[in-house]
Amino acid sequence: MTPDALTGGFPDAPRNAARAFRAILDALSRPGEIVTLSGATPPAPLSQAAGVLVLTLADSTTPVHLAGATDCPALRDWITFHTGAPLVGAADAAFAIGRWDDLQPVSRFAVGTQDYPDRSATLIVEMPGLAASGSALSGPGIAGTALLSLPETEAFLLNNSLFPLGYDCFFTQGDSLAGLPRSTQVRAV
Amino acid sequence: MTDHSYNFAYLDEQTKRMIRRAILKAVAVPGYQVPFASREMPMPYGWGTGGVQVTAACLVPEDVLKVIDQGADDTTNAVSIRKFFQRTAGVATTVATAEATVIQTRHRIPEQPLTAGQILVYQVPIPEPLRFLEPRETETRKMHALEEYGLMHVKLYEDIARHGSIATAYAYPVRVEGRYVMDPSPIPKFDNPKLSDSPALQLFGAGREQRIYALPPFTRVVSLDFEDHSFHASKAPHDCDLCGASESYLDEVITDDAGNRMFVCSDTDFCRTRREAGHVGRLGKTAGGGA
Repeated sequence: MTPDALTGGFPDAPRNAARAFRAILDALSRPGEIVTLSGATPPAPLSQAAGVLVLTLADSTTPVHLAGATDCPALRDWITFHTGAPLVGAADAAFAIGRWDDLQPVSRFAVGTQDYPDRSATLIVEMPGLAASGSALSGPGIAGTALLSLPETEAFLLNNSLFPLGYDCFFTQGDSLAGLPRSTQVRAV
Repeated sequence: MTDHSYNFAYLDEQTKRMIRRAILKAVAVPGYQVPFASREMPMPYGWGTGGVQVTAACLVPEDVLKVIDQGADDTTNAVSIRKFFQRTAGVATTVATAEATVIQTRHRIPEQPLTAGQILVYQVPIPEPLRFLEPRETETRKMHALEEYGLMHVKLYEDIARHGSIATAYAYPVRVEGRYVMDPSPIPKFDNPKLSDSPALQLFGAGREQRIYALPPFTRVVSLDFEDHSFHASKAPHDCDLCGASESYLDEVITDDAGNRMFVCSDTDFCRTRREAGHVGRLGKTAGGGA
Protein backbone atom coordinates (compact mmCIF):
# COMPACT_ATOMS: atom_id res chain seq x y z
CA MET A 1 0.00 0.00 0.00
CA THR A 2 1.30 3.48 -0.84
CA PRO A 3 1.75 5.64 2.28
CA ASP A 4 -0.27 8.42 0.66
CA ALA A 5 -3.29 6.16 0.81
CA LEU A 6 -3.56 6.72 4.55
CA THR A 7 -3.97 10.49 4.25
CA GLY A 8 -6.59 12.73 2.67
CA GLY A 9 -9.66 11.31 4.40
CA PHE A 10 -12.29 13.22 6.38
CA PRO A 11 -10.72 14.83 9.47
CA ASP A 12 -14.14 14.86 11.18
CA ALA A 13 -16.10 12.15 9.40
CA PRO A 14 -19.61 12.64 10.89
CA ARG A 15 -19.72 16.38 10.16
CA ASN A 16 -17.73 16.32 6.91
CA ALA A 17 -19.93 13.54 5.56
CA ALA A 18 -23.12 15.28 6.73
CA ARG A 19 -22.27 18.53 4.95
CA ALA A 20 -21.11 16.66 1.86
CA PHE A 21 -24.29 14.60 1.72
CA ARG A 22 -26.50 17.67 1.95
CA ALA A 23 -24.66 19.19 -1.00
CA ILE A 24 -24.94 15.91 -2.94
CA LEU A 25 -28.65 15.64 -2.10
CA ASP A 26 -29.13 19.22 -3.29
CA ALA A 27 -27.35 18.47 -6.54
CA LEU A 28 -29.37 15.33 -7.30
CA SER A 29 -32.73 16.80 -6.27
CA ARG A 30 -32.08 19.94 -8.34
CA PRO A 31 -30.43 18.73 -11.57
CA GLY A 32 -28.33 21.44 -13.15
CA GLU A 33 -27.37 23.00 -9.82
CA ILE A 34 -23.61 22.95 -9.26
CA VAL A 35 -22.51 22.48 -5.64
CA THR A 36 -19.11 22.55 -3.93
CA LEU A 37 -17.75 19.60 -1.96
CA SER A 38 -14.87 19.81 0.47
CA GLY A 39 -13.33 17.97 3.41
CA ALA A 40 -11.15 15.35 1.74
CA THR A 41 -8.13 15.35 -0.59
CA PRO A 42 -7.97 12.21 -2.73
CA PRO A 43 -4.81 11.33 -4.68
CA ALA A 44 -4.54 12.23 -8.37
CA PRO A 45 -6.20 11.76 -10.77
CA LEU A 46 -9.41 11.84 -8.70
CA SER A 47 -11.04 15.25 -8.27
CA GLN A 48 -11.80 16.53 -4.79
CA ALA A 49 -15.54 16.40 -5.44
CA ALA A 50 -15.40 12.78 -6.59
CA GLY A 51 -13.21 11.88 -3.61
CA VAL A 52 -15.61 13.46 -1.12
CA LEU A 53 -18.55 11.75 -2.84
CA VAL A 54 -16.86 8.35 -2.54
CA LEU A 55 -16.04 8.86 1.15
CA THR A 56 -19.61 10.00 1.84
CA LEU A 57 -21.46 7.19 0.09
CA ALA A 58 -19.20 4.16 -0.47
CA ASP A 59 -18.39 1.45 2.05
CA SER A 60 -17.83 -2.29 2.22
CA THR A 61 -21.36 -2.94 0.92
CA THR A 62 -20.98 -0.91 -2.30
CA PRO A 63 -18.77 -2.35 -5.04
CA VAL A 64 -16.82 0.36 -6.87
CA HIS A 65 -15.59 0.21 -10.47
CA LEU A 66 -12.60 2.31 -11.49
CA ALA A 67 -12.44 3.09 -15.21
CA GLY A 68 -9.56 4.43 -17.28
CA ALA A 69 -6.90 6.49 -15.55
CA THR A 70 -8.65 6.27 -12.17
CA ASP A 71 -7.76 2.57 -12.07
CA CYS A 72 -4.28 3.21 -10.61
CA PRO A 73 -2.57 1.81 -7.48
CA ALA A 74 -2.71 5.12 -5.58
CA LEU A 75 -6.47 5.39 -5.97
CA ARG A 76 -7.19 1.71 -5.48
CA ASP A 77 -5.30 1.86 -2.18
CA TRP A 78 -6.93 5.12 -1.10
CA ILE A 79 -10.49 3.90 -1.70
CA THR A 80 -9.77 0.52 -0.14
CA PHE A 81 -8.22 2.07 2.98
CA HIS A 82 -10.81 4.78 3.55
CA THR A 83 -14.01 3.02 2.53
CA GLY A 84 -13.34 -0.73 2.39
CA ALA A 85 -15.33 -0.84 -0.85
CA PRO A 86 -14.57 -3.87 -3.03
CA LEU A 87 -13.19 -2.95 -6.46
CA VAL A 88 -15.06 -4.78 -9.20
CA GLY A 89 -15.87 -4.93 -12.90
CA ALA A 90 -18.42 -2.62 -14.47
CA ALA A 91 -21.37 -5.01 -14.40
CA ASP A 92 -21.24 -5.46 -10.60
CA ALA A 93 -20.60 -1.86 -9.66
CA ALA A 94 -22.77 0.25 -7.37
CA PHE A 95 -20.52 3.20 -8.14
CA ALA A 96 -18.35 3.65 -11.22
CA ILE A 97 -15.73 6.38 -11.50
CA GLY A 98 -13.99 7.68 -14.58
CA ARG A 99 -14.08 10.08 -17.51
CA TRP A 100 -17.11 9.72 -19.78
CA ASP A 101 -15.04 8.10 -22.54
CA ASP A 102 -13.52 5.62 -20.11
CA LEU A 103 -16.96 4.59 -18.83
CA GLN A 104 -18.11 3.56 -22.32
CA PRO A 105 -20.06 1.56 -23.13
CA VAL A 106 -22.40 2.69 -20.34
CA SER A 107 -24.77 -0.15 -21.22
CA ARG A 108 -22.49 -2.32 -19.04
CA PHE A 109 -23.83 -0.75 -15.85
CA ALA A 110 -26.73 -2.00 -13.77
CA VAL A 111 -30.03 -0.18 -14.40
CA GLY A 112 -32.10 -2.03 -11.79
CA THR A 113 -35.07 -4.31 -12.37
CA GLN A 114 -38.75 -3.53 -12.83
CA ASP A 115 -39.37 -4.77 -9.29
CA TYR A 116 -36.33 -3.02 -7.80
CA PRO A 117 -35.30 -0.02 -9.92
CA ASP A 118 -33.06 1.07 -7.02
CA ARG A 119 -30.66 -1.79 -7.75
CA SER A 120 -28.81 0.35 -10.25
CA ALA A 121 -25.38 1.90 -10.64
CA THR A 122 -24.37 5.48 -9.96
CA LEU A 123 -21.78 6.90 -12.35
CA ILE A 124 -19.29 9.46 -11.12
CA VAL A 125 -18.13 11.17 -14.28
CA GLU A 126 -14.92 13.20 -14.11
CA MET A 127 -15.28 16.21 -16.41
CA PRO A 128 -12.81 18.65 -17.95
CA GLY A 129 -15.23 21.45 -17.04
CA LEU A 130 -18.62 21.93 -15.47
CA ALA A 131 -20.90 24.84 -16.27
CA ALA A 132 -24.55 25.83 -16.38
CA SER A 133 -24.64 25.78 -20.15
CA GLY A 134 -25.06 23.26 -22.95
CA SER A 135 -27.84 20.68 -22.74
CA ALA A 136 -31.30 21.65 -21.48
CA LEU A 137 -32.66 19.63 -18.58
CA SER A 138 -36.27 19.31 -17.46
CA GLY A 139 -38.24 17.07 -15.16
CA PRO A 140 -38.52 16.50 -11.40
CA GLY A 141 -36.37 18.92 -9.40
CA ILE A 142 -36.34 21.57 -12.11
CA ALA A 143 -38.64 24.58 -12.38
CA GLY A 144 -38.93 24.97 -16.15
CA THR A 145 -35.54 24.12 -17.62
CA ALA A 146 -31.95 24.12 -16.40
CA LEU A 147 -28.71 24.00 -18.36
CA LEU A 148 -25.75 21.72 -17.74
CA SER A 149 -22.61 20.96 -19.74
CA LEU A 150 -23.15 17.23 -20.34
CA PRO A 151 -20.58 15.16 -22.25
CA GLU A 152 -23.35 14.19 -24.72
CA THR A 153 -27.13 13.96 -24.87
CA GLU A 154 -27.82 10.72 -26.75
CA ALA A 155 -26.87 8.40 -23.87
CA PHE A 156 -28.92 10.33 -21.33
CA LEU A 157 -31.95 10.38 -23.61
CA LEU A 158 -31.71 6.62 -23.86
CA ASN A 159 -31.21 6.31 -20.09
CA ASN A 160 -34.28 8.46 -19.39
CA SER A 161 -36.36 6.36 -21.78
CA LEU A 162 -35.74 3.36 -19.50
CA PHE A 163 -37.36 5.13 -16.52
CA PRO A 164 -37.94 3.97 -13.78
CA LEU A 165 -34.87 1.92 -14.65
CA GLY A 166 -31.58 3.57 -15.46
CA TYR A 167 -28.33 4.74 -13.89
CA ASP A 168 -27.87 8.03 -12.08
CA CYS A 169 -24.92 10.34 -12.72
CA PHE A 170 -22.80 12.78 -10.82
CA PHE A 171 -20.48 15.02 -12.80
CA THR A 172 -17.38 16.23 -11.00
CA GLN A 173 -14.60 18.67 -11.72
CA GLY A 174 -12.28 20.08 -9.06
CA ASP A 175 -14.47 20.70 -6.04
CA SER A 176 -17.66 21.09 -8.13
CA LEU A 177 -20.41 18.52 -8.50
CA ALA A 178 -23.68 18.33 -10.43
CA GLY A 179 -26.29 15.58 -10.42
CA LEU A 180 -28.32 14.00 -13.20
CA PRO A 181 -30.89 11.46 -12.01
CA ARG A 182 -32.47 9.05 -14.51
CA SER A 183 -35.72 11.03 -14.22
CA THR A 184 -34.29 14.08 -16.02
CA GLN A 185 -35.21 14.68 -19.65
CA VAL A 186 -32.24 15.92 -21.66
CA ARG A 187 -32.39 17.97 -24.82
CA ALA A 188 -29.54 19.28 -26.98
CA VAL A 189 -29.70 23.03 -27.57
CA MET B 1 -25.88 21.34 23.97
CA THR B 2 -24.64 18.15 22.35
CA ASP B 3 -24.39 14.95 24.28
CA HIS B 4 -20.90 13.77 23.35
CA SER B 5 -21.59 10.14 24.19
CA TYR B 6 -23.43 9.94 20.86
CA ASN B 7 -22.16 10.18 17.31
CA PHE B 8 -23.39 13.28 15.47
CA ALA B 9 -27.15 12.84 14.92
CA TYR B 10 -27.18 9.57 16.89
CA LEU B 11 -26.75 7.05 14.04
CA ASP B 12 -23.37 5.50 13.25
CA GLU B 13 -21.72 6.47 9.97
CA GLN B 14 -22.25 3.11 8.27
CA THR B 15 -25.99 3.38 8.91
CA LYS B 16 -26.13 6.96 7.71
CA ARG B 17 -24.33 6.02 4.47
CA MET B 18 -26.89 3.26 3.86
CA ILE B 19 -29.80 5.65 4.50
CA ARG B 20 -28.20 8.38 2.39
CA ARG B 21 -27.81 6.01 -0.57
CA ALA B 22 -31.48 5.04 -0.20
CA ILE B 23 -32.52 8.71 -0.12
CA LEU B 24 -30.59 9.42 -3.33
CA LYS B 25 -32.29 6.48 -5.08
CA ALA B 26 -35.63 7.75 -3.84
CA VAL B 27 -34.90 11.18 -5.29
CA ALA B 28 -33.86 9.63 -8.62
CA VAL B 29 -37.10 7.61 -8.88
CA PRO B 30 -39.79 9.90 -7.42
CA GLY B 31 -42.59 8.00 -5.69
CA TYR B 32 -40.83 4.63 -5.70
CA GLN B 33 -40.41 3.09 -2.24
CA VAL B 34 -36.74 2.25 -1.73
CA PRO B 35 -36.14 -0.55 0.79
CA PHE B 36 -33.64 0.30 3.53
CA ALA B 37 -32.29 -1.48 6.59
CA SER B 38 -34.24 0.45 9.21
CA ARG B 39 -32.61 0.49 12.64
CA GLU B 40 -33.95 0.19 16.13
CA MET B 41 -34.33 3.71 17.42
CA PRO B 42 -34.69 4.79 21.04
CA MET B 43 -38.43 5.23 20.54
CA PRO B 44 -41.19 2.80 19.63
CA TYR B 45 -42.22 2.03 16.07
CA GLY B 46 -45.14 4.27 15.22
CA TRP B 47 -43.47 7.25 16.86
CA GLY B 48 -41.66 8.36 13.75
CA THR B 49 -38.61 6.10 13.62
CA GLY B 50 -38.54 6.35 9.82
CA GLY B 51 -38.72 10.11 9.83
CA VAL B 52 -36.11 10.30 12.57
CA GLN B 53 -33.68 8.15 10.58
CA VAL B 54 -34.16 10.23 7.44
CA THR B 55 -33.72 13.44 9.44
CA ALA B 56 -30.59 12.07 11.13
CA ALA B 57 -29.08 11.21 7.74
CA CYS B 58 -29.82 14.69 6.36
CA LEU B 59 -28.96 16.97 9.28
CA VAL B 60 -25.88 19.20 9.21
CA PRO B 61 -24.66 21.07 12.31
CA GLU B 62 -25.87 24.38 10.83
CA ASP B 63 -29.49 23.21 10.43
CA VAL B 64 -32.48 24.76 12.18
CA LEU B 65 -34.93 21.96 12.94
CA LYS B 66 -38.70 22.17 13.36
CA VAL B 67 -40.76 19.14 14.37
CA ILE B 68 -44.54 19.03 14.16
CA ASP B 69 -47.11 16.43 15.06
CA GLN B 70 -50.49 17.01 13.34
CA GLY B 71 -49.36 20.60 12.82
CA ALA B 72 -48.49 21.21 16.48
CA ASP B 73 -45.01 21.97 17.79
CA ASP B 74 -45.91 21.25 21.40
CA THR B 75 -47.27 17.71 21.42
CA THR B 76 -45.38 14.78 22.96
CA ASN B 77 -44.09 13.28 19.72
CA ALA B 78 -42.85 16.61 18.39
CA VAL B 79 -41.27 17.67 21.68
CA SER B 80 -39.44 14.39 22.20
CA ILE B 81 -38.05 14.23 18.66
CA ARG B 82 -36.94 17.86 18.83
CA LYS B 83 -35.16 17.20 22.14
CA PHE B 84 -33.62 14.04 20.70
CA PHE B 85 -31.87 16.00 17.95
CA GLN B 86 -30.97 18.87 20.28
CA ARG B 87 -29.12 16.34 22.41
CA THR B 88 -27.57 14.14 19.75
CA ALA B 89 -26.87 16.62 16.93
CA GLY B 90 -26.70 19.92 18.77
CA VAL B 91 -28.77 21.62 16.08
CA ALA B 92 -30.79 24.77 16.66
CA THR B 93 -34.56 24.31 16.80
CA THR B 94 -37.46 26.57 16.02
CA VAL B 95 -41.24 26.56 15.84
CA ALA B 96 -41.32 29.13 13.02
CA THR B 97 -41.86 27.45 9.66
CA ALA B 98 -39.99 30.15 7.75
CA GLU B 99 -36.86 29.85 9.91
CA ALA B 100 -36.54 26.07 9.67
CA THR B 101 -34.20 24.38 7.20
CA VAL B 102 -35.40 20.86 8.04
CA ILE B 103 -38.98 20.16 9.15
CA GLN B 104 -39.95 16.73 10.37
CA THR B 105 -43.69 16.23 10.26
CA ARG B 106 -46.27 13.76 11.36
CA HIS B 107 -49.41 13.99 9.22
CA ARG B 108 -49.45 17.65 8.17
CA ILE B 109 -47.83 20.05 5.73
CA PRO B 110 -47.32 23.50 7.27
CA GLU B 111 -49.79 26.18 6.14
CA GLN B 112 -47.04 28.62 5.26
CA PRO B 113 -45.69 27.78 1.79
CA LEU B 114 -42.31 26.06 1.91
CA THR B 115 -39.29 27.53 0.16
CA ALA B 116 -36.33 26.24 -1.83
CA GLY B 117 -33.63 24.90 0.44
CA GLN B 118 -36.09 23.50 2.99
CA ILE B 119 -36.49 19.76 3.48
CA LEU B 120 -39.79 18.34 4.71
CA VAL B 121 -39.42 14.88 6.28
CA TYR B 122 -42.63 12.87 6.71
CA GLN B 123 -43.17 10.12 9.25
CA VAL B 124 -44.95 7.32 7.41
CA PRO B 125 -46.79 4.42 9.05
CA ILE B 126 -47.81 2.37 5.97
CA PRO B 127 -45.90 3.47 2.85
CA GLU B 128 -47.65 1.08 0.46
CA PRO B 129 -50.81 2.70 -0.95
CA LEU B 130 -52.02 -0.68 -2.21
CA ARG B 131 -51.42 -2.55 1.07
CA PHE B 132 -55.03 -2.58 2.32
CA LEU B 133 -56.16 -3.75 -1.11
CA GLU B 134 -53.47 -6.39 -1.56
CA PRO B 135 -51.63 -7.61 1.56
CA ARG B 136 -48.85 -9.49 -0.28
CA GLU B 137 -45.67 -7.48 -0.78
CA THR B 138 -44.68 -9.68 -3.76
CA GLU B 139 -47.94 -8.71 -5.48
CA THR B 140 -47.89 -4.98 -4.72
CA ARG B 141 -44.30 -4.83 -5.94
CA LYS B 142 -45.40 -6.44 -9.21
CA MET B 143 -48.35 -4.06 -9.46
CA HIS B 144 -46.01 -1.07 -9.16
CA ALA B 145 -43.63 -2.60 -11.72
CA LEU B 146 -46.48 -3.10 -14.21
CA GLU B 147 -48.23 0.19 -13.35
CA GLU B 148 -51.26 -1.92 -12.51
CA TYR B 149 -53.21 0.59 -10.47
CA GLY B 150 -56.75 -0.33 -11.47
CA LEU B 151 -57.46 -1.69 -7.99
CA MET B 152 -56.91 1.74 -6.46
CA HIS B 153 -59.48 3.27 -8.77
CA VAL B 154 -61.88 0.46 -7.86
CA LYS B 155 -61.46 1.40 -4.22
CA LEU B 156 -62.18 5.07 -4.93
CA TYR B 157 -65.14 4.03 -7.10
CA GLU B 158 -66.55 1.91 -4.26
CA ASP B 159 -66.34 5.01 -2.07
CA ILE B 160 -68.50 6.84 -4.58
CA ALA B 161 -70.93 3.91 -4.92
CA ARG B 162 -71.35 3.69 -1.15
CA HIS B 163 -71.10 7.31 0.00
CA GLY B 164 -71.85 9.33 -3.12
CA SER B 165 -68.40 10.86 -3.12
CA ILE B 166 -64.80 9.81 -2.50
CA ALA B 167 -64.85 9.38 1.28
CA THR B 168 -61.09 8.94 1.69
CA ALA B 169 -60.16 11.96 3.80
CA TYR B 170 -56.50 11.32 4.63
CA ALA B 171 -53.61 9.32 3.13
CA TYR B 172 -55.32 10.12 -0.17
CA PRO B 173 -53.39 8.34 -2.95
CA VAL B 174 -51.46 10.38 -5.50
CA ARG B 175 -49.73 9.68 -8.79
CA VAL B 176 -46.18 11.02 -9.11
CA GLU B 177 -45.04 12.32 -12.51
CA GLY B 178 -47.54 10.02 -14.19
CA ARG B 179 -45.74 6.91 -12.95
CA TYR B 180 -45.84 5.66 -9.35
CA VAL B 181 -48.93 5.73 -7.17
CA MET B 182 -47.78 6.93 -3.77
CA ASP B 183 -49.17 7.19 -0.26
CA PRO B 184 -48.55 10.77 0.88
CA SER B 185 -48.62 9.52 4.53
CA PRO B 186 -51.78 10.21 6.56
CA ILE B 187 -51.89 13.94 5.79
CA PRO B 188 -55.45 15.26 5.34
CA LYS B 189 -56.38 15.44 1.66
CA PHE B 190 -56.60 19.19 2.26
CA ASP B 191 -52.78 19.14 2.12
CA ASN B 192 -52.51 17.09 -1.10
CA PRO B 193 -52.30 20.08 -3.48
CA LYS B 194 -49.23 21.31 -1.56
CA LEU B 195 -47.35 18.12 -2.51
CA SER B 196 -47.19 19.13 -6.15
CA ASP B 197 -44.64 21.55 -7.54
CA SER B 198 -43.28 22.46 -4.09
CA PRO B 199 -39.96 24.33 -4.10
CA ALA B 200 -38.93 22.22 -1.08
CA LEU B 201 -37.56 18.67 -1.14
CA GLN B 202 -39.97 16.17 0.44
CA LEU B 203 -38.65 12.94 1.95
CA PHE B 204 -40.76 10.13 3.41
CA GLY B 205 -39.46 7.62 5.96
CA ALA B 206 -41.28 4.50 7.14
CA GLY B 207 -39.27 2.87 9.94
CA ARG B 208 -41.22 -0.27 10.73
CA GLU B 209 -41.95 -0.91 7.05
CA GLN B 210 -38.35 -0.08 6.07
CA ARG B 211 -39.07 2.17 3.12
CA ILE B 212 -37.87 5.60 2.02
CA TYR B 213 -39.41 7.59 -0.82
CA ALA B 214 -39.16 11.13 -2.06
CA LEU B 215 -40.61 13.98 -4.05
CA PRO B 216 -37.89 16.23 -5.48
CA PRO B 217 -38.78 19.92 -5.73
CA PHE B 218 -41.09 20.85 -8.63
CA THR B 219 -42.41 17.33 -9.05
CA ARG B 220 -45.86 16.89 -10.54
CA VAL B 221 -48.14 15.13 -8.06
CA VAL B 222 -51.77 14.42 -8.96
CA SER B 223 -54.43 13.21 -6.53
CA LEU B 224 -56.29 10.29 -8.08
CA ASP B 225 -59.88 11.02 -9.09
CA PHE B 226 -62.46 10.57 -11.83
CA GLU B 227 -63.60 12.96 -14.54
CA ASP B 228 -67.09 13.18 -13.03
CA HIS B 229 -65.94 12.99 -9.39
CA SER B 230 -62.94 15.25 -9.23
CA PHE B 231 -60.59 15.57 -6.29
CA HIS B 232 -61.67 18.10 -3.69
CA ALA B 233 -59.32 19.30 -0.92
CA SER B 234 -61.83 19.47 1.90
CA LYS B 235 -61.71 20.96 5.38
CA ALA B 236 -64.20 21.68 8.15
CA PRO B 237 -66.53 24.49 6.95
CA HIS B 238 -65.59 26.90 9.73
CA ASP B 239 -63.14 29.64 10.58
CA CYS B 240 -60.50 29.14 13.26
CA ASP B 241 -62.04 30.09 16.63
CA LEU B 242 -58.77 31.52 17.89
CA CYS B 243 -57.30 33.40 14.92
CA GLY B 244 -60.23 33.60 12.54
CA ALA B 245 -58.37 32.05 9.61
CA SER B 246 -60.73 30.75 6.95
CA GLU B 247 -58.17 29.04 4.73
CA SER B 248 -56.31 26.82 7.22
CA TYR B 249 -56.90 23.19 8.15
CA LEU B 250 -58.87 22.90 11.40
CA ASP B 251 -58.94 20.54 14.37
CA GLU B 252 -62.24 20.02 16.13
CA VAL B 253 -61.87 20.28 19.91
CA ILE B 254 -64.64 19.22 22.30
CA THR B 255 -64.69 21.75 25.10
CA ASP B 256 -67.20 20.40 27.66
CA ASP B 257 -69.75 17.66 28.41
CA ALA B 258 -72.58 19.69 26.92
CA GLY B 259 -71.47 19.08 23.35
CA ASN B 260 -69.80 22.42 22.81
CA ARG B 261 -66.88 22.41 20.49
CA MET B 262 -64.42 24.73 18.88
CA PHE B 263 -62.43 24.64 15.66
CA VAL B 264 -58.79 25.70 15.78
CA CYS B 265 -55.93 25.73 13.28
CA SER B 266 -54.07 22.44 13.36
CA ASP B 267 -50.88 24.39 12.50
CA THR B 268 -50.01 26.00 15.85
CA ASP B 269 -47.25 28.20 14.42
CA PHE B 270 -49.61 29.56 11.75
CA CYS B 271 -52.30 30.28 14.35
CA ARG B 272 -49.88 31.91 16.81
CA THR B 273 -48.34 34.10 14.10
CA ARG B 274 -51.80 35.28 13.05
CA ARG B 275 -52.89 36.05 16.60
CA GLU B 276 -49.67 37.95 17.22
CA ALA B 277 -50.49 39.96 14.12
CA GLY B 278 -53.81 40.92 15.73
CA HIS B 279 -56.25 38.46 14.13
CA VAL B 280 -58.93 37.29 16.54
CA GLY B 281 -61.45 34.48 16.07
CA ARG B 282 -64.87 33.76 17.62
CA LEU B 283 -63.49 32.54 20.97
CA GLY B 284 -60.04 34.07 20.88
CA LYS B 285 -58.50 36.95 22.69
CA THR B 286 -55.45 38.73 21.34
CA ALA B 287 -52.18 36.87 21.88
CA GLY B 288 -51.14 39.16 24.73
CA GLY B 289 -54.23 38.32 26.79
CA GLY B 290 -53.97 34.56 26.26
CA ALA B 291 -56.58 32.47 24.52
